[in-house]
Amino acid sequence: MAGFIELAYLVAASLFIVGLKRLATPATARGGNFLSALGMLVAIVATLFDRQILGFQWIVVGVVIGSALGLWMARAVKMTAMPQMVGILNGFGGGASQLVAAAVWHQFVQSGSLLTLETAVSIYAATLIGGVTFSGSIVAAGKLQEIISGRPVLFRFQHLLNLILFLSIGGMGMYLVISPGHSGVFIAMNVIALILGVLVVIPIGGADMPVVICLLNSYSGLAAATTGFVISNHGLIISGALVGASGIILTQTMCLAMNRSFANVLFGGFGAQVAATVGDDGRGLAARGVRETSAEDAAVMLGYARSVVVAPGYGLAVAQAQHQVRDLADLLEKRGVTVKYAIHPVAGRMPGHMNVLLAEANVPYPQLFDMEQINPEFERTDVVLVVGANDVVNPAARNSPSSPIYGMPILDVDKAGHVIVLKRSMNPGFAGIENELFYNEKTFMLFGDARESLVKLVDEVKNL
Amino acid sequence: MSEGLVILLVIFVLAMFVGFEVITKVSPTLHTPLMSGSNAISGITIIGSMVVAGMGATTLATIFGVIAVAFAMINVVGGYVVTDRMLQMFKRKPEAER
Repeated sequence: MAGFIELAYLVAASLFIVGLKRLATPATARGGNFLSALGMLVAIVATLFDRQILGFQWIVVGVVIGSALGLWMARAVKMTAMPQMVGILNGFGGGASQLVAAAVWHQFVQSGSLLTLETAVSIYAATLIGGVTFSGSIVAAGKLQEIISGRPVLFRFQHLLNLILFLSIGGMGMYLVISPGHSGVFIAMNVIALILGVLVVIPIGGADMPVVICLLNSYSGLAAATTGFVISNHGLIISGALVGASGIILTQTMCLAMNRSFANVLFGGFGAQVAATVGDDGRGLAARGVRETSAEDAAVMLGYARSVVVAPGYGLAVAQAQHQVRDLADLLEKRGVTVKYAIHPVAGRMPGHMNVLLAEANVPYPQLFDMEQINPEFERTDVVLVVGANDVVNPAARNSPSSPIYGMPILDVDKAGHVIVLKRSMNPGFAGIENELFYNEKTFMLFGDARESLVKLVDEVKNL
Repeated sequence: MSEGLVILLVIFVLAMFVGFEVITKVSPTLHTPLMSGSNAISGITIIGSMVVAGMGATTLATIFGVIAVAFAMINVVGGYVVTDRMLQMFKRKPEAER
């Protein structure tokens, strides 16, 4: 029977791999996700045949409660809140790993059987990674949901404190290897792991939370893998490693797109640094003034253009204006204007978030272009419509070495014929950096709520 | 270090490489569903959770096990359903061929 279960785990792991592979393109992605879910079902059913399991009633209770909650959350969540959702789900995965470790430890201690060194180390690793993932994810989700202030919380000796806590968990682990029955120490270790999760996330600013979510995604995979080491389960190890790898790659993608090193994100407190570096440059620019336009004039520019590129940012999502953008694009296309969307890798609140938001508004995905694809096309574009994006279209990232975002890959919208910027006011973005694009002679500012402005534009284009 | 642990480590490292290979090929368009979908896979802890919830070793271990099963199940069901919700939106397009 044990052999049969192992084989079932192999089938499950294979389904996960094929499923992830099919997630590569939109055409096969949904089927891929289904295969992956099927793999999970195979793994769960196979586990029911484990001879260590004596009664099913408690498993059923947990499965029913968890499934109901999971289903409700997945149905209710808004697409704009997806980063928080992924964060929370991560947290639950990490929490489960921590609880399994605690349960296995308790059972070993109660039965008085000998805890091997390897099992002990695995238990403590699962406790640490699981605990950090659980509390860290909840804090990160709270920051994204703005229940907790997004500002980086910094205090003196912060990193030293984290290091001490981390080492103390190691120390307690070693102590518990010698005398595993000391439950006070084990409880302390769990509590410290949870505190550590909070402490490593609070110094990171709200703008960097997507990186944290990616990283915690990776941790939740590693937590599952360490649980696999605790109970010597190949299926857990393979699946955990897959998730760990995906989290690491996405974290890297995010860091590259923001031109930040991994260490800089983790220890930076980005928002805090930047405030100091906004210098005379900004004030000099402000003196030059911007050119304001009306919805009427902007509609003329768009309506008589040959090609329009829309560059959406998170402001679009905040204003819930995806559908209005789609309406405008439809009208323009009817007039024979080519419309494309330029998606910066960090547009939105997590990698690929903007694509999901636009897909929700029924924008066909062949119209969505990645930064590398669209950048060479701006020179041939008549009008770029920037909606709620700021730092990702700031030419300072290319031109001004003193700028904090210098070197960050951006959308080269300033190379287009004209740029129309929909913006609430002249307030700088959350990085607090002036944007010279707004002062460019090719740029027209259309102030107001993105959604209202788009509604006006739609009306005006209809009247052309 | 026992032979068993070495085998586990070999599996872990090789699976990491498979993960890197598979995931670098995913289009940036789908990075959000990829994240929620891979996140659902991390709910595989459900296996461990079920075993501890079901073996009835100690009351405390069972309680932890039940909560762990619920947590992992939230991760699994929530992850897959929300991923499907997102991917459904990508699929509904008439111009599905790029």
